[in-house]
Amino acid sequence: MEHIVIIGNGISGVTLARHIRKLSDKKITIISAETEYFFSRTALMYIYMGHMKFEHTQPYENWFWKKNRIELLKAYVKNIDTDAKQLHFEDGGNLNYDKLVIATGSKPNKFGWPGQDLEGVMGMYHKQDLEKLETYAPNKEVCNRAVIVGGGLIGIELAEMLNSRSIPVTFLVRENSFWNGVLPEGESQMINNHIKNHHIDLRLSTNLKEIKSDDNGRVKSVIIEETGEEIPCNVVGLTAGVTPNIDFIKSSKIELGRGVKVNRFLETNIPDVYAIGDCAEQHEAIGNRRPIEAVWYTGRMMGETLAQTICGNRLAYKPGHWFNSAKFLDIEYQTYGWVFRRKGRPDYEQHFHWKHEDDTKCITVAYHKNTNEFLGINTFGIRMRHETFDTWLTEKRTIDYVINHLSEANFDPEFYKHFEAEIVTAYNNQLQTA
Amino acid sequence: MSLAKPDALGISTTQKIALAGGVIGLLILALALFNTNFPNKAIFLTLALGLIITGIIVYSRDAYLSKLEGIKNDGAWFKSISSRGVWGWIVGVILTTFYIVLYFFPKYLGLGTDGSENTGLISLFDPLSKLLSGRPASQWFVYGTLYTVAILAFGYKFILKYRHNRYQQIRTISVMFFQLGFAFLIPEFMYVMNNDLPYYDLKSIWPLNYYIFDEWSVKGFLSNGNIGLALLLFGIISIFVITPILTYKYGKRWYCSWVCGCGGLAETAGDPFRHLSSKKMSAWKFERWLIHLVLVFSVVMTTAMVYTYLGYDSNDFWLTRGVFIALVIGFLSLVFTVVMLFKRHELGKDAKYGAIGLFAVILILVTMHFTGTTDHVFYVKAGALRSAYGIYIGSIFSGVIGTGFYPILGSRSWCRFGCPMAAILGFQQRLFSKFRITTNGGQCISCGNCSNSCEMGIDVRHYAQKGENIVRSSCVGCGICSAVCPRGVLKLENDSMTGRINPTDILLGNDVDLMDLVNQK
Repeated sequence: MEHIVIIGNGISGVTLARHIRKLSDKKITIISAETEYFFSRTALMYIYMGHMKFEHTQPYENWFWKKNRIELLKAYVKNIDTDAKQLHFEDGGNLNYDKLVIATGSKPNKFGWPGQDLEGVMGMYHKQDLEKLETYAPNKEVCNRAVIVGGGLIGIELAEMLNSRSIPVTFLVRENSFWNGVLPEGESQMINNHIKNHHIDLRLSTNLKEIKSDDNGRVKSVIIEETGEEIPCNVVGLTAGVTPNIDFIKSSKIELGRGVKVNRFLETNIPDVYAIGDCAEQHEAIGNRRPIEAVWYTGRMMGETLAQTICGNRLAYKPGHWFNSAKFLDIEYQTYGWVFRRKGRPDYEQHFHWKHEDDTKCITVAYHKNTNEFLGINTFGIRMRHETFDTWLTEKRTIDYVINHLSEANFDPEFYKHFEAEIVTAYNNQLQTA
Repeated sequence: MSLAKPDALGISTTQKIALAGGVIGLLILALALFNTNFPNKAIFLTLALGLIITGIIVYSRDAYLSKLEGIKNDGAWFKSISSRGVWGWIVGVILTTFYIVLYFFPKYLGLGTDGSENTGLISLFDPLSKLLSGRPASQWFVYGTLYTVAILAFGYKFILKYRHNRYQQIRTISVMFFQLGFAFLIPEFMYVMNNDLPYYDLKSIWPLNYYIFDEWSVKGFLSNGNIGLALLLFGIISIFVITPILTYKYGKRWYCSWVCGCGGLAETAGDPFRHLSSKKMSAWKFERWLIHLVLVFSVVMTTAMVYTYLGYDSNDFWLTRGVFIALVIGFLSLVFTVVMLFKRHELGKDAKYGAIGLFAVILILVTMHFTGTTDHVFYVKAGALRSAYGIYIGSIFSGVIGTGFYPILGSRSWCRFGCPMAAILGFQQRLFSKFRITTNGGQCISCGNCSNSCEMGIDVRHYAQKGENIVRSSCVGCGICSAVCPRGVLKLENDSMTGRINPTDILLGNDVDLMDLVNQK
């Protein structure tokens, strides 16, 4: 019986295993050094906030794995011998495979800041990071202030977590507006305001120079690059993006770039070795997507696709229209299709922007200035229907059509106030197409 | 997880004062319970209830209005009372004891027997009862008042907690309205107008209202002319006409989380405990058997009850024992046949076996009755069935366990495991309703907030992460899963029946060819 070994028990590896089981009787082993069972990384924040316990972040009950004959192995892979088709573990054991899938995800970026390895400095990615945070920041008495470095999705989640325990937060963001490497100006501004409304000390255009230590090797303060200001703190969260978690592969023959290099079929340069999820790097990016996509659902989709290949139906990874979502404190964000920030925006792309007067809801619709083709939408504070936008993108609808049919895409709960009429009026006024 | 847990998130000074006020209010009630004879009962009752209500209002305003609108579940699993900690168990024991005394030993609450005056706690409520209906209070009046106070005050708290969510606000106003009007005030006023009429909470529908077809109840209605007859007819129409129509259009939520009193308490006072319900597959299996057995029990009990007080002779009244049994068998056979003909592929294996098995048992019992000699349909004395049902289901299950165990089993254990009305509504919701919770394409990140907050113990995430709509008989449509979802994945909707149940293997967003290949097998 063919033995499929998957390194990593995140959404990519687990989706792959589930789909291989649906399609075949192969022997499946999932290896993880982080946790015994699959859990949802995106839910770690809710454990610290007291919304859930760790077991609630596990999408499958513990009996699920045995019932589906998926073997789980808690071990740390030290290196891969692709000639012998064998894995070597840190504790000395070995495991042979017929097909190997690398799905090891990411790890937090560290940019060589002085003091970045002190006690009390942490990312917010692994379960172990959460345990560290619980040790160093259980409450505001133990942690008088936390400094977060890096204005992305994990940074704002960490700010929300600490806020839930009334721990004062200083949030250092390199850019001159929150996440404006992704968001257009108006949206980024709105989120700046929302962060400040939550009494988070948001510092824009601010870089970390160094992290200072006390006598016991614990964080004492941080120094700001631009002003030299010293901010006393007990915890430093490093959330300046993530990078593929592939150090243990460097000694093998598998080709690496920033991640594990794969072709469209998610195959590496070595036969019978594949890579999926955050750690996989496409030789050439797919459409407007990045070569490395550290997104929950792309990991899942790669798992769904690779299962076909491994089970005999060789299939290229061809993701459909781009979409994503996030939540910035109390404001939900969804995106369908492509809406570019100012920097690097294609010449043909123009935007229609509407913002509600309460400064917590807005939409930005991108369209082609010559053809009026709808290119994508960002929506904040209003839920929209994935299926509807996916259809409209496939049908290449015009912006006029989309704006005038926006209510069909509304996904807010019943009885919510609707803003479509207001949006249509704003659209007609701005673009004078009435 | 072996994390050091903060015992509870700190509460503000205002919240402490509010809590103290509420506790003093409860203390007055406790003193009355232990036979302190208050000089002016009206004033002390007002003071007690006033302090409790004001305490809850002040506490909630300080807790929620000091923060921005949004999801407010911080610390739910840290607080002792809402995470099966010491306080949770203490409150559970107090509530359970209260229910046991209420149902089985009302004299300890001070109920006057054989015409003697009330004492203790019940006497404290005499002034309010006399004001409303002119008669002294009973244990049920005390219970009804406290129940209504709880739904109103904690309903206010819930509205503040979800002040960004109009579905939650309107739904809560609805349960507050139905409790205050239909369960509390209207029956009192009906008594004032006609004191022969049996107590009738119009929104309490058979089989939840298991005593409406009791002999004393039916005779009570029938001896009151047209009004009584109209009320009795309304009771029958409620379950056979109104309920199926509304459930078809809106799902069982129209009742369970908009109208029902049990649901009303669960959604308001019970809200802080909603996450405690078990989401295990084993709990779901147990639930399916238990709730349907209770339904069968209630149908059998009611049939036997009605049967005993009907006559044999059609000259007295057209509805004789024979006609009645024929009607019951006819109706059950019709439902059974229709479901097996059109919906059997939607039933699980155990559901099929269960339905066939129980249906067969009922048929055999009735056939044996007609061919045999016994006087009792189902071979058991109807009176014994009725009193067993009243004690074990009506009192112990719905009250003592259902509400007393809020801090242990979560707020809906009665609705989930025991309520025969919920079983009927759920059966219809699963098979003949436009209601579903729609999943938003591929946006789910499997975080589990939805499952965690489901008071009915539905593993919502199991469906959401597959891109599948949630169509479950137990869903009461409270809408909290949708509210807490951080990615906007869930929406409660009434839409067409086709495509309502849509199991998928590959979610929207992936290669369209792959979706076609896998999903259209």
